[in-house]
Amino acid sequence: MNIVVNNKWIGQRTIRPDGVDKVTGRAAFAADTAMPGMIWGKVLRSPHPHARIRSIDTSRAEALPGVKAVVTSRDVVDFPLDKSVMLGIQDMRWMCRNVMARDKALFPGHPIAAVAATTEAIAAKACELIEVDYEVLPWSIEIDDAIRPDAQILHESITFQGKPSNIVGQLEHKKGDIEAGFKQADVIIERTFTTRPVHQGYIEPHACLISVAADGKTTIWSSSQGQFMVRAMTAYLTGIPQSDIRAIPAEIGGGFGGKTIVYLEPLATLLAKKSGRPVKMVMTREEVMRATGPTSGSKNTVKIGARKDGTIVAAQGTFYLQAGAFPGSPIRGAAGCSFAPYDIANVLSVGYDVCSNRSKVAAYRAPGAPIGAYAVECVLDEVAESLNMDPLDFRLKNAAKQGTKAAHGPVFPRIGYIETLEAAKTAPHYSTPIGKLQGRGVASGFWFNAGGESSAQVNITEDGNVVVTTGHPDIGGSRAGIANICAELLGIDYRRVSVIIGDTQTVGFSNLTGGSRVLFASAMVVTQAAEKVINTLRERAAKIWEIDPEAVKWENGAAHPASPNAGQFEPLTLEDLAEKAPMQGGPIGAGVQLNTQGADGGFGTHICDVEVDIELGIARVIRYTAVQDVGRAVHPGYVEGQLQGGVAQGIGWALNEEYIYRSDGKVDNPGFLDYRMPVCSDLPMLDTILVEVPNPKHPQGVKGVGEVPLVPVMAAVANAIYRATGKRFYALPMSPPKVLEGLEQPIQQAAE
Amino acid sequence: MTDIRYVAPQTLDEAIGAYAAAGSAARILAGGTDLLVQMRSGAVKPGLIVDIKKVRELTAVEEISGGGFRIGAAVPGAVLAEHPRFRQTWPGVLEAVNLIGSTQVQGRASAGGNLCNASPAGAIVTVQGPDGRRELKVEDVPAGPGRTNLKPGEILVSFTLPPRPPGSSDAYLRMIPRTEMDIAVVGCGVSLTLKDGVCTHARVGLGAVAPTALLVEPAAQALIGSRLDDTALTAAANACRAACRPIDDKRGTIAYRTQIAGVLLKRTTNIAAERAQGK
Ligand SMILES: Cc1cc2nc3c(=O)[nH]c(=O)nc-3n(C[C@H](O)[C@H](O)[C@H](O)COP(=O)(O)OP(=O)(O)OC[C@H]3O[C@@H](n4cnc5c(N)ncnc54)[C@H](O)[C@@H]3O)c2cc1C
Repeated sequence: MNIVVNNKWIGQRTIRPDGVDKVTGRAAFAADTAMPGMIWGKVLRSPHPHARIRSIDTSRAEALPGVKAVVTSRDVVDFPLDKSVMLGIQDMRWMCRNVMARDKALFPGHPIAAVAATTEAIAAKACELIEVDYEVLPWSIEIDDAIRPDAQILHESITFQGKPSNIVGQLEHKKGDIEAGFKQADVIIERTFTTRPVHQGYIEPHACLISVAADGKTTIWSSSQGQFMVRAMTAYLTGIPQSDIRAIPAEIGGGFGGKTIVYLEPLATLLAKKSGRPVKMVMTREEVMRATGPTSGSKNTVKIGARKDGTIVAAQGTFYLQAGAFPGSPIRGAAGCSFAPYDIANVLSVGYDVCSNRSKVAAYRAPGAPIGAYAVECVLDEVAESLNMDPLDFRLKNAAKQGTKAAHGPVFPRIGYIETLEAAKTAPHYSTPIGKLQGRGVASGFWFNAGGESSAQVNITEDGNVVVTTGHPDIGGSRAGIANICAELLGIDYRRVSVIIGDTQTVGFSNLTGGSRVLFASAMVVTQAAEKVINTLRERAAKIWEIDPEAVKWENGAAHPASPNAGQFEPLTLEDLAEKAPMQGGPIGAGVQLNTQGADGGFGTHICDVEVDIELGIARVIRYTAVQDVGRAVHPGYVEGQLQGGVAQGIGWALNEEYIYRSDGKVDNPGFLDYRMPVCSDLPMLDTILVEVPNPKHPQGVKGVGEVPLVPVMAAVANAIYRATGKRFYALPMSPPKVLEGLEQPIQQAAE
Repeated sequence: MTDIRYVAPQTLDEAIGAYAAAGSAARILAGGTDLLVQMRSGAVKPGLIVDIKKVRELTAVEEISGGGFRIGAAVPGAVLAEHPRFRQTWPGVLEAVNLIGSTQVQGRASAGGNLCNASPAGAIVTVQGPDGRRELKVEDVPAGPGRTNLKPGEILVSFTLPPRPPGSSDAYLRMIPRTEMDIAVVGCGVSLTLKDGVCTHARVGLGAVAPTALLVEPAAQALIGSRLDDTALTAAANACRAACRPIDDKRGTIAYRTQIAGVLLKRTTNIAAERAQGK
């Protein structure tokens, strides 16, 4: 290629491009936008977990002074139940019913109608004036209740084993002969685990501002993990063609998967269209907690058999996951990822998707995988213990490697799982002695990672600097990573590269920020675009020097003769060539669009120390090390941040976070006071070890890193609590009352 | 959709006048860390807000003769923490006030705005209303969750903490699942005086285990006269457990709260005793 890369910027902790704006409060989040003539939208939500909607009378609300528009499901495009229309992994049949209930309300918080008025207070008042005639139906929230034979069915059209059922989907991964496998085992351990629904907990609530002009041209400012997803879903649900919708991504205040679907945008668009005024909608925290997707609660049984020498001979998992009001729980992650770190001859892994009367699940970091890994990694700890093996040695003995056929299908290419186990074993953390009532647990995890569609445009400015436009909202540092890569390839200071997230009408289609795909995919398109730009620059220099373009190399931000044979010329810098561009063929830039392939899965291994206050039942994490094969850490600070963030969320999931439901089916803790995510002082410094086994299919060796770090955490914490107390807990969260209850017996016995 | 009026009078009389005249539609604003949260959630919609932070008496910390303290009802926890001598005399009270929220919240939140905490200090509270001034025991102020025994138009002016004999100290602990930004599942305060290793005076307060904070006299009695040995501590812990009348809710179960009340009593007493002995 004749591009000389010195690796000056890749791997550097460069200053993040969004840093100054965020620190000084200038970053514009969705709720920061305003327009002249703007009015406010509010949603009327169902108070019932399950109810048939007999009628809705909006006349009193419409008559209230200040009200400009009211919409109900009649205004939303219907997707009949008999035909599935997929957009990515989302089925528009469910999407249209999730944004606005049609015949039935399926959870407390389900939108029934929306109002736009001149003030938020008038809109709220108008919601109170809407009369809804409900026929209240029996309901269920917990999995056991929803799968009982006499349970009220949410979706009569969906059947399981020939009958209408709340089991709305099933997935099976099979390898070898499970019966025969267990017959070879010397040790078999089978346990059942439950986990509670937990929310992604992004700090920024969903928000949007939408303007629909008289000619139908629509502009959306909103906070999401994909402006193209927002455009497509809004187009589907409102009937406006995609070419008329410009979706502008705001700076995003966290998503973690929860902003991969729409809630407000179709409603605000319909209200804006009806009223002729720009409509702004901002959810309250309570609405976020009641009506946006937490991840599934679950009930899982895992059985693992091993021989005395430590070889796992058979593994079986059954994973029931709550989907909420509509099908689509992440059974693929639970059933597919949990056994993936291990080379096991006989595997049977089955997932069941269970609907019940709570809000529809949304993706949450490695959807489903942490739930499955929690069960599997806890059972592995018990098997290792019963074999008297160190839990890391046990994993090493069974670790998947290049050539291992995973139960979920693929044969692994070069992967770095063993390297994570070895790094954990030799980490000083693993051999540091621990004190009384302290314990150390380990666990591993896998996530698929995704590739998919990305587009990028790399332009050289007239003054010889660089603007890169990509199409993915940046939630994990993609702008900083891309700046590093571009600076590296072009051989210039990273501060000369400005990375921008384009809107839907200015950059080519780019799929969601999700699946840990963004740096993987956008680095690929940006690299190809930068290479095209460099070729143009070499051609321009060749033309000026009147030599062959192949005789020009690009190095340190300038064109040079490739060798003395090519001739003696002063280098032509990026600035020189930009200045000469008008006379030498015009603007310099290139766009690339790809459906990227080769995003191989990622593996991590975690070590967790806890200390348990056995009188209060409080388990505190006192030391934590997350080891992960990250492929190539293009911006190590950001990669470490991803690992630390995943671990923090996992510790919350393990110890305190849970949806608590009242007897009437409503969420009892819809705010951060009683929905207890960890605060800073709850956590020790979370250490990370970055193992770099480069992805051979990627120009910089990048692998997805954002989701794996949540996968092992709950099991690592649970295994640590066991080592500290001698008591195993099979249900999350391991909150103080539950830990104390679990510890009471042995403590009393010890006292006697 | 009615407007909210806001006043920030300079004197107590003006504050009381405005507050009493507006009747039940008015709210006092101290730090606002409860009030603003309630307003944002729509739980209260005041017609008038009387900000008392401009009234000197309400924002002052004064030492009174003999070594006691008078603390204005609107003094934020962070200000109390900066007082050069308050910490030595009433470490437990300070602890209780500064367990509220987080550093940011403590810059605003006042003891007056709180008063649902188990303040075991034996403090006297001064209140003033349209009918003049009166004094109450601190434990008599709360009437139940979200209710007080203040009469219409009455404002809490200050807390008076009495002088203490030598060998006295106090401590406050609470159980929260997190380390900050949380509401006590159980709170426990102990104030005591030791003479030659023997406890001569004790007060024990519990929070979050009954509709209002409890002053647990039997627990105090179990400590008084003892050398705070295991038997005395166990008796006091059991007295605390017996006094609990908690509820099962999202923050904790009856069984858990009752059990924890006894654990905290022992731990709090030990800390107070160490402090009293100058350790
Ligand atoms: C993030 C956060 C964390 C918190 N953590 C805790 C915690 O850990 N523990 C805890 O107990 N509380 C906690 N709180 C609640 C709150 O901070 C405390 O109750 C605080 O002490 C209230 O004081 P304030 O001065 O802010 O009260 P304000 O909000 O100003 O007033 C509270 C109420 O008392 C009335 N009032 C105030 N002063 C007077 C007066 N002088 N006379 C008569 N009425 C008066 C007001 O009208 C209002 O109804 C927390 C709040 C927040 C926002």
